Amino acid sequence: MSSDPAADLVIDVAGITKRFGDKTVVNAIDLQVRRGEIYGFLGPNGSGKTTFIRMLCGLLTPDAGSGTCIGCDVRTQQAEIKRNVGYMTQRFSYYEDLTIRENLDFICRIYDVPDRAAAVRRSLERLGLEKRSHQLAGQLSGGWKQRLALAACLIHSPRLLLLDEPTAGVDPKARRDFWDEIHGLAADGLTVLITTHYMDEAERCDRLAYIAYGNLLARGTLDEVIARAGLSTWTVAGPDLRGLAAALRGRPGVEQVVAFGNTLHVSGRDAANLRAAIDAVRDPRHEWAQAEPGLEDVFISMMDEAKDNFR
Amino acid sequence: MHRFTFHRFWAIVLKEFIQMKRDRVTFGMMVGIPLMQLMLFGFAINSDPKHLPTAIRAADQGPFTRSFVEALRQSDYFKLVRETDSEAEAARLLQLGEVQFVINIPPDFSRRLLRGERPTVLIEADATDPAASGPALAAARSLAAGILDRDLTGPLARLRSRAGPVDFEIHAHYNPENITQYNVVPGLMGVVLTMTMVVITALAITRERERGTMENLLATPVRPFEVMAGKILPYIAVGYIQVTLILLAARLIFDVPMVGNLVLIYAVALVFIAANLAMGITFSTLAQNQLQAVQMAFFFFLPSILLSGFMFPFRGMPEWAQWIGACLPNTHFLRIVRGILLKGSGVSDILPELWPLLLFLAVAMTVGVKRYRQTLD
Ligand SMILES: Nc1ncnc2c1ncn2[C@@H]1O[C@H](COP(=O)(O)OP(=O)(O)OP(=O)(O)O)[C@@H](O)[C@H]1O
Ligand SMILES: [Mg+2]
Repeated sequence: MSSDPAADLVIDVAGITKRFGDKTVVNAIDLQVRRGEIYGFLGPNGSGKTTFIRMLCGLLTPDAGSGTCIGCDVRTQQAEIKRNVGYMTQRFSYYEDLTIRENLDFICRIYDVPDRAAAVRRSLERLGLEKRSHQLAGQLSGGWKQRLALAACLIHSPRLLLLDEPTAGVDPKARRDFWDEIHGLAADGLTVLITTHYMDEAERCDRLAYIAYGNLLARGTLDEVIARAGLSTWTVAGPDLRGLAAALRGRPGVEQVVAFGNTLHVSGRDAANLRAAIDAVRDPRHEWAQAEPGLEDVFISMMDEAKDNFR
Repeated sequence: MHRFTFHRFWAIVLKEFIQMKRDRVTFGMMVGIPLMQLMLFGFAINSDPKHLPTAIRAADQGPFTRSFVEALRQSDYFKLVRETDSEAEAARLLQLGEVQFVINIPPDFSRRLLRGERPTVLIEADATDPAASGPALAAARSLAAGILDRDLTGPLARLRSRAGPVDFEIHAHYNPENITQYNVVPGLMGVVLTMTMVVITALAITRERERGTMENLLATPVRPFEVMAGKILPYIAVGYIQVTLILLAARLIFDVPMVGNLVLIYAVALVFIAANLAMGITFSTLAQNQLQAVQMAFFFFLPSILLSGFMFPFRGMPEWAQWIGACLPNTHFLRIVRGILLKGSGVSDILPELWPLLLFLAVAMTVGVKRYRQTLD
């Protein structure tokens, strides 16, 4: 659409690094996110996702690296960034002793939102919170808290939404509604960077990045990430899968053996070795088939590899 | 671009007001503490004790002795519980703590009095607690001047002495300060405000940090000074409620004279409350959690009550303690309030005590704003 592709990058950072003491929590991460994109940010616990997001929104200063977020320098223009970014923290961080309406009103005042009353009303309506507007935020269930947090970080019409595990502990229906909302916002041109541990959510993102131990291991669309991982996966069904799994584990080429109901998923990066390992335990009672590797298999494989490389 | 803006400041103020309204326990404490302290210091802790048990050892039975003993009895300070002839028994009574005083009237009391020889009455005091015996001894001194004058009539009138016809010799081992409610109740204002104001704001920022709301606050464009000032303003109102409660009690319950200008009291209280709140906020930017914040507040509170001249006379303290005391806002506030209420001090009289308060406020606020981290680094 735009003639200059760089102008359409809402996040454009390179070499972003953060150390706590002598521990490097985020290690030289490059990331580009385009306008209107839903960008999934994945990684195991403690991999540095929250830390990275905090550097994007001006809460932490990077130890190294540079770049822009909504066109503002992440090192020097933190105040400007804070005004135009909506950040939903991992832990609920609105006031539990204020009602929903009071919380929204507070945020409106902080951002100096024009026509405050109308903004609060619109926000309540859109998220279906009108009837609960006088309830204390602390008394809300997890799902409602998450809705409130989303409403609050949208109220000042930010240009970028940073969502840190917004759906942790939320039921499937609420999660789906939440994602529909996110897609609606993205369709209107809002850019969203979202972290999650759920694979189905990762699949709903336009593009993904995967980090482990502070290192960016993969990024691209879902298919690209899976293809680049170079993982081969086989499924097998039949009797005594437990015995079979035990026999497979530890063989060269076999990296993951995961039970899914009454099938096993066996994967490895070295297709030839994996094939050899499977041939060694092949039994006519079992039904083997080559399968498309899932995102989860890919991530677990990358995590294991990262453990060897970076720890 | 990074200026102070009213709308953000006001957002914080309103939020704090709502939170204060919801936190009934804390709000109750804010009102309860001054009331409790007033009761404790005003009624329960009596630094001017009366009706102290006293033994009399009268070696003389003349009319003047009787008249003198009667006068002691009528003064509120002494309660005559024992008469004895034996010096040993008197000593034992004092030793056991059954009496606070033994009053020894010499054998030739009446005779020497008539001769104009100014006889000596020996009062032995159990002065382990000087505060307990001091006022009574002071009363005895003044009694001396007046009591016997009634009996010295006619030709004896010449004995009505300007210096008092009787000499008292007092063996007290301390020289206690005579604290009265007039002094204590106005002083309480500074103590109560220090105690509550510092604690309440010491919690203000650590609470945000512990509840996780700090991360959100930092992610918004709100500035440190807006947060500080916004958190201070609502508690100034609370401080004013406390000041009003104490002034009302001083007037209605304790009959403390109020010669000075009350408006001036409220104006100075504003500076003092803000100074304490700023101190609390500074603590809360230093503390890691609420417990630490309360401990810091306590460390501040102790010298404020002990070295400010509230508990002990300021001039009686060693020089180093006076220096510490001079750095504490309560020391200056105490002098100002006592000055205004009891002596009717005006603006020019209190200036020497006012500028240290303003300086303290400025320093505490600056340190607080500097220490308030804008990022999570
Ligand atoms: N302020 C800090 N001081 C020291 N270490 C920190 C600090 N903040 C985070 N860490 C460490 O940095 C690492 C990365 O933390 P971070 O919260 O960014 O991970 P995460 O990917 O968000 O994890 P999760 O999925 O569990 O939320 C962790 O090991 C954490 O202990
Ligand atoms: Mg996290």
